[in-house]
Amino acid sequence: MIDQAALNLGAALPATLLAFGAAILFVLDISIPQERKARTAWLAAVGVVVSLVISLLQINQQETAFFGAFRADSFTSVANIAALITALVGVIGAKDYLERAKIQRGEYYPLLLMTAAGAMFMAAANDLVIVLIALELLSIPLYVMVGFRRPEPRSEEGAMKYFLLGAFSSGFMVYGIALVYGAAGSTNFTEIFERVRFGELLSPALMLIGIGLIFVSLGFKVAAVPFHLWTPDVYQGAPTPVTAYMSVAAKVGGFAALLRLLTVAIPTFVVGDLVIEPNQTLIVHAAWQDLVAVIAALTMLLGNFVAIVQKDLKRMLAYSSIAHAGYILMAVAAAGSFTVVANDFGDTTVTLTIAQEALQGALIYLLAYAFTNVGAFAVVMCVEREDGSGTEINNIAGLGQINPLLGGAMTVFMLSLVGIPLTGGFVGKWFVFLSSVNAGLTLLALIGVLTSVVSAFYYLRIIVKMWFETGDFAPFAPRMLLLAIGFCVGGTVIVGVLPPVVTNLVQYVTAAALR
Amino acid sequence: MQPPTVPVENFIILSAVLFIMGILGVLVRRNAIMIFMSVELMLNASNLALVAFARQWGDMGGQMTVFFVISIAAAEVAVGLALIVAIFKTKKTIDIDELNTLKG
Repeated sequence: MIDQAALNLGAALPATLLAFGAAILFVLDISIPQERKARTAWLAAVGVVVSLVISLLQINQQETAFFGAFRADSFTSVANIAALITALVGVIGAKDYLERAKIQRGEYYPLLLMTAAGAMFMAAANDLVIVLIALELLSIPLYVMVGFRRPEPRSEEGAMKYFLLGAFSSGFMVYGIALVYGAAGSTNFTEIFERVRFGELLSPALMLIGIGLIFVSLGFKVAAVPFHLWTPDVYQGAPTPVTAYMSVAAKVGGFAALLRLLTVAIPTFVVGDLVIEPNQTLIVHAAWQDLVAVIAALTMLLGNFVAIVQKDLKRMLAYSSIAHAGYILMAVAAAGSFTVVANDFGDTTVTLTIAQEALQGALIYLLAYAFTNVGAFAVVMCVEREDGSGTEINNIAGLGQINPLLGGAMTVFMLSLVGIPLTGGFVGKWFVFLSSVNAGLTLLALIGVLTSVVSAFYYLRIIVKMWFETGDFAPFAPRMLLLAIGFCVGGTVIVGVLPPVVTNLVQYVTAAALR
Repeated sequence: MQPPTVPVENFIILSAVLFIMGILGVLVRRNAIMIFMSVELMLNASNLALVAFARQWGDMGGQMTVFFVISIAAAEVAVGLALIVAIFKTKKTIDIDELNTLKG
C-alpha cells in the first residue's frame, strides 16, 4: 500500500501535470488533421498556463513529495515560473513560424512540454536519481527538437552534435552519481548533507571526484567553458523557436539542479578539518568553490570576447548565452561561502546567509535572462527568411525604421543583456555581483564588471545597425509572435523597474529554500 | 565456510578503467555509432560502480538506480539511432568529421 501522505502528488502538481499533459497531447495530436495543427499549439498553451497558475498559487508551499525525493518549495515554484514563461513563448511564438517554415508537425508541442516538465523536475530534485531522470527528460526531446527542420542538413547536423555531446555528458553524470553514492551511501540530498556534516563519508576524495563529474555534466547543459563547444553550432542549426526555448529552459533546469545539489547537499563540504578558536567568526569556502569560480571567470571571458567577432545573429546570441551562464555561475560560486561562528566553549554553528543571497541573485538573474533572451531570439524569428537563412547581423540593418515596434523591443533586449539600469539584466547583474563580493570573491566580481563593459560593444552594435543603417526587407510579424515579444518586453522592464517587488519575493523564497 | 568476497576497490578500479575506455572511445572514434557505443560503455561502467557500492553500503538504492540508468540508456538509443538514420539519408555518411556545415 502506497503512503499517500509521503507521495504527496498534489505538491508536485505543476510538473506532473505538464508531463502527463504532454503524454496525452501526443495521443490527441494523432487525431488532429495536418492543416489544423495550430490546435495542438493551443492545447499545449492551455496546459502551460494551467501549470503556471498552479505554480503561482503554490508559491508559499513548503512540502516534499515522492518520498522525500522531490522538494516542492518556493524555490521550485519560482524556477517553474521561469521555465513555464519560456515554454509559453516557445509555444505561441513557434505556431506561425513552424507553419511558414513548413515544418508544422504536431510533435513539436508535446516535446516542448516534456522538456519544460524536465526543467521543473530538475528544480525540484532532492535526490540524484531525480536529477538524472529529469536531465534526460529535458535533453532527449531537445535532441529531437533541434533536428526539427529535417531534412535540412544544418538542423540535422546540430541535432547530431547536440545528441552525441549530450549523451557523452550524461555518461559523466551517471558515473558522478555512482561515486557520490559510493562516498555517502545515499542519493538523497538531505542524507548526503547529514553524512557530510558528521564526517561519515566513505572517502572525501570519491565525493570530490563525483561532484566534479556531475559538475562537468551540468556544465555541458548550461554551456559553461570548457564544455561549451556545441553551443554555437547547435543554436545556429536549430530552428529559431527551438533555440529561443532551449537557450533558457536548459539553463533554468541545469542551474536549478546545480544550485540545489551544491546548496542543499554539500554546502559545507570541506576537505580536512576546520581549525577555529573560541569566539571566532570565520568565512569558510566549500571545497568546490574554487573550481566553480575559475570556470565562471573563463566562461565570462570567452563568451564575451568571442561574441565580438561573430557575424551571425544566432551565433552571437549563442556566445552571449555562454557569457550569461558565466554570470550565473558566479552566483553559484558565491553560494560556496558560509559563516562558522564559535562560542566561548568552541562549539560551532554554521550559517548559510551568503549562500542565501547568492541563490537570490541567481534566481533573479535567471528570471530576467528568461524574458530577455527568449525575446531577443523571437525578434530574430521575425528577421529570418522562410528557409531559415538571413540571420546575419547585417540582415537586421534598418529594422528600427521598417518596424519601430520590433526595433524598440530588440533595443530593450540588447540593453538588458548589457545590463543597463531600468532593465531586468541590470538588476540580475547587480545582485550577482553583490553576492560574489559578499562571498569574498572580489576578483571574480571585477572580471564580471569588466566583461560586461566588453559585452556592451557587440550588443550596442546591433542597436546602431537597427536604427542608423538602412535595410530593405519585410519582417515576418504574425500577431501571436508580436504578442509573445510584447510579453517579454513587459517582463524585462518589470523586473528592471520594480526590483523591490521582485527581490522581496525572491528573498522570501530563498530563505524558505534553505530553511 | 563463507566464500571469500571481492573487495569493493577491485570493482571500482575495473569500472574506472571501463569508464576511461569509454571516454577515450568518444574522443578518438569518428564513426557516430562507435561513439554512441562508447557512451554506452561509460553508462555500464557507472552501473558496475553503483552495484558495487550498493553491496558495500548494504543499501538497495544503488541497485534501483541501475534500473533507471538502463531505461535512460534505452531512451537515448531510440532517439540516437533515429538521428543517425536521418543524417545518413541526407549525407550518406555517419563520419562526424563530415558534419562541418556549421562554422563561425
